[in-house]
Amino acid sequence: MAATQTQQVVEVGYGGNERLMMNMGPQHPSSHGVFRMILTLEGETVVAVDAVIGYLHRCHEKLGESLTYVQYPSIASKTDYVAAMTAELAYVAAVEKIAKIDVPRRAQYLRVIVAELQRIASHCLWLGTWCLDMGGALGGGATVFLYCIREREMVLDRFEELTGARLLYGFHQTGGTRYDMPAGWDKKVRETVDFIEKRLDEYEAMLEDNTFFRVRTQGVGVISREVAEAVGVSGPLIRGSGVAYDVRRAEPYSSYGDFDFVVPVETAGDCYARYRVRMVEFRQSIRIVRQALDGLPEGPISSRPAVKSVAQVRVPKGEGYTRIEGARGEIGCYIVSDGGPKPYRLKWRGASFSNLAVLPHIVPGHKVADVVAIMGSVDPVFGEVDR
Amino acid sequence: MTSVTLPPVAWHAIEAFIVLNVLLGLVAYVTLLERKFAARMQSRIGPYYVGRPHGWLQPIADALKLMMKEDIVPTTSDRAVYNLAPIVFLVPCLLIFATIPFAPALGVADLNIGVLFFLAVSSLEIVGLFMGGWGSNNKYALLSAMRAVNQIISYDLPFIFAALVPVVLAGSMQMSAIVTAQHGLWFVAYPVIGQLAFVAFLVATLAAENRVPFDILEAESELVAGFRVEYSGMKFALIQLAEYAHMLGTSFLGALLFLGGWLGPGPAALGPFWLLLKAMVIFLLVTWVRWSFVRIRVDQILAISWKLLMPATLLLLLATGLVVATRGAGGG
Repeated sequence: MAATQTQQVVEVGYGGNERLMMNMGPQHPSSHGVFRMILTLEGETVVAVDAVIGYLHRCHEKLGESLTYVQYPSIASKTDYVAAMTAELAYVAAVEKIAKIDVPRRAQYLRVIVAELQRIASHCLWLGTWCLDMGGALGGGATVFLYCIREREMVLDRFEELTGARLLYGFHQTGGTRYDMPAGWDKKVRETVDFIEKRLDEYEAMLEDNTFFRVRTQGVGVISREVAEAVGVSGPLIRGSGVAYDVRRAEPYSSYGDFDFVVPVETAGDCYARYRVRMVEFRQSIRIVRQALDGLPEGPISSRPAVKSVAQVRVPKGEGYTRIEGARGEIGCYIVSDGGPKPYRLKWRGASFSNLAVLPHIVPGHKVADVVAIMGSVDPVFGEVDR
Repeated sequence: MTSVTLPPVAWHAIEAFIVLNVLLGLVAYVTLLERKFAARMQSRIGPYYVGRPHGWLQPIADALKLMMKEDIVPTTSDRAVYNLAPIVFLVPCLLIFATIPFAPALGVADLNIGVLFFLAVSSLEIVGLFMGGWGSNNKYALLSAMRAVNQIISYDLPFIFAALVPVVLAGSMQMSAIVTAQHGLWFVAYPVIGQLAFVAFLVATLAAENRVPFDILEAESELVAGFRVEYSGMKFALIQLAEYAHMLGTSFLGALLFLGGWLGPGPAALGPFWLLLKAMVIFLLVTWVRWSFVRIRVDQILAISWKLLMPATLLLLLATGLVVATRGAGGG
């Protein structure tokens, strides 16, 4: 364990063959954004990997310090743009924590509904792009990709009906949510999740009964429990390595304690285990959405009056850290307030950033083709890594 | 007509010219067929706007676009090898059509070693492929070329063994003789041996054509575009053309060896139509696999070939020999 904690590039010796340095990224069909891996190859085998990040750095935290508490939530969604709802939620939850603002129950339930729908949409995209990595744009992977995009589109349609936006929402605001659901929206959401639940069976039949899919994922990119805990991965990665850790369960926020759901755990730690974890999460999210719609209380959607000016929310001096379970793992938001309309300091803990740190521990020793399979199973979003 | 006065060489040349042009048209429209088929599988529409209805002009537009593109030669490439590679790749892929009879006595050359010629020439494409990968002086292309050599060497033998089963059953290497031997019973319907050989042939075909799940050479998610990553414009078009011609040629071979070639109901004039139909069935089978499987890894591909397919096809060939020896040669 000590060796991996020093965060060195791990080298695996393969007996003095000629080595080839190959750049994968920053622009590469399967880099999921802009990410550069400098691979050292011996034939097809990767002996060392050097991961370079920062190509998508946008000074997000500094931006947060120069925008008011009213303005920033819709910008916060741009950290993890594939799961925008959850990043916003982390920010407003931190503000509410410092200012000790209560959130009405209806708003809490609405937050849960959109967060879980977002998880479904994000996992759809993950499954599609991951299969695209393994199958290629001119092959079976593209078929799964297009199927998944079709389902994700349905969730985005629901978001569009709710907020008017399809990718970056600005749905959450300090003290509650900005919008209440339109008439008939709950029925549409139920239909959507029913439909997606049926499609999930199809995907499982298509992938798990396929030997080629299994040989590409089983035993590939094994993250041992020790490495997972030492590196600090979270979300489906740590649950795929045998740790039953989920912020929704460990530290319930936004009345997650009201809902009945299972935290899936797989012990193998390989790509297939992470796939299984996410497939169960799909179904658990659907369960939570249904429960939240069933028990949705009446009442106000915000404990604060509607926003009239950008400096309306003032937060007393203090600091607060909140963590929530995003689609990729634990998203943390740390805010230091000096009593003004803007945070004095803002710090994000991106789930993808911490998850990506595991790559040098698991990639060496695999073939080039496995590198993309592992990358896909880690499911990073570079907006969140580089911020 | 004045056909009597023409020397036989000229006749062959004219025939070859016609076959070549029909072939090029066919290759273009096979790409449209594949795209429409894939689109249906993926709940899309596919090419639609270039030529209504259903984008029937799309292949022409694609070819025109590629012709008008700038031809880029990387400065660090080995110019001669790089420029020659698409041609070396294309020629064997077109040459394999020389021995394919489209109906009795309708073909360029119905050689008495037709199957052997086909198999020998079709494996020559690896030379052009490796030249392309090497000459590009690109790491992705080089890795792809290395994979290509590995794969083609591994899969040529099972491919040949599977293709030899009908040869043994028919007792001839001449394509037309093999088809004639299938009067009454297509070799795919030959008990046990026929089906096994056909499946082995299809799997080996996928690998020989570098199609998913064996398309590790182009593996766009790993190696971007593999050995053709540096090619653009007409050179890229030639490589594409060669790949599809090879695929088409192998489909025709499968139809001739296993599906009874031009045999079918109706008058004999319908022969070429039946052959084309059967070849398209094989082509669509291959396409179906392509658009529903993920790619497997290079070591797994080699393991499948050497540990499973190779011994299996070899045993199958031996079994076929035994069957024929006990029954007496001469076809079913």
